[in-house]
Amino acid sequence: MSLAEPIDPNRVGELGLEGGEAPGRGLGGPASTRIVVGYGFWIFILSDMVMFSAFFAAYAVLADATAGGPTAKQIFDLNNVALETACLLASSFACGLASLAAGARNRLWFHVAMGLTFVLGAGFLGLELKEFAGLAALGDGPQRSAFLSAFFTLVGCHGAHITAGLAWLLTMMAQVFAKGFRADILRRILCFTLFWHALDIIWVAIFTIVYLIGAGR
Amino acid sequence: MSESHEGGQPHAGDLAPGEERLDGSGVAHGVRGYLIGLALAAGLTAASFYFAGSGLIYGPAIPAALLALAVAQMGVHLVFFLHLTTGPDNTNNVLALAFGILIVTLVIVGSLWIMANLNHNMVPMSRVMQMQR
Repeated sequence: MSLAEPIDPNRVGELGLEGGEAPGRGLGGPASTRIVVGYGFWIFILSDMVMFSAFFAAYAVLADATAGGPTAKQIFDLNNVALETACLLASSFACGLASLAAGARNRLWFHVAMGLTFVLGAGFLGLELKEFAGLAALGDGPQRSAFLSAFFTLVGCHGAHITAGLAWLLTMMAQVFAKGFRADILRRILCFTLFWHALDIIWVAIFTIVYLIGAGR
Repeated sequence: MSESHEGGQPHAGDLAPGEERLDGSGVAHGVRGYLIGLALAAGLTAASFYFAGSGLIYGPAIPAALLALAVAQMGVHLVFFLHLTTGPDNTNNVLALAFGILIVTLVIVGSLWIMANLNHNMVPMSRVMQMQR
């Protein structure tokens, strides 16, 4: 490399130094807690997606193993799935608005947006539980066939994540209510929004692979 | 850990995953981003549900079309909701995602490949019964 060339042609190193904070690539010292926490949680989400990929693989392998029981085409109600999808997408959008409100330190809008996120998320969960209860009432529970076992495991695992997310959401609302937008609480809100958006991404895979492709089989 | 100085400039330096760099225009700019993401995601979802039910696409090609739409929608979610960019402040996040995608692909494609192969090479159950007699 000749001396005439700049050492850092893309000016990667300047970003953080201008703002007086370490950029997290070894320049200017260790990254801030916010970046380290967010990155660690991002790694957790990716590992969660790897776990879901195993359930998806199991479902894809077992989708035809109906053991004389109902097939995917017979049990899926696509109108219900469309409604669930709309609820979760709108919930993800409201969650994004909540993160903006947190960024602007606006308590009222934060609570309004988080409340909307909760209502839509709970609506999704209600529709899913209704579907599960309907299947179980017909004797088509997870014990009926390998296909239904894989279906309940995959979709139920996503539902369990949503349930945990709803509990976390209420916790964040209570913490902001009681303690305000402290730095540690803002980090938790960041992690929660990551979690909630990631669950919507997993749902995209579920409604495509399980419901739409399954119903067309 | 000192918490006090962190609240000052949360958007200097690198971005944590899910964070967006809002330059000046602030909340309005952020809302616009989420609205664009919502519109794109809703459009792709509607297209998925429509193509799955209509005879508009050649039957055997429907799963491939639906998978393509799903991948596109995941991309929309990553860009507009999780604010993943190709900028230098996102290098770590994108590299971690790339590794995650590699593992997910290996698990799913590998499982399907191995199980299809085993299925193909397995002696049919009727023949197993005959051999046991």
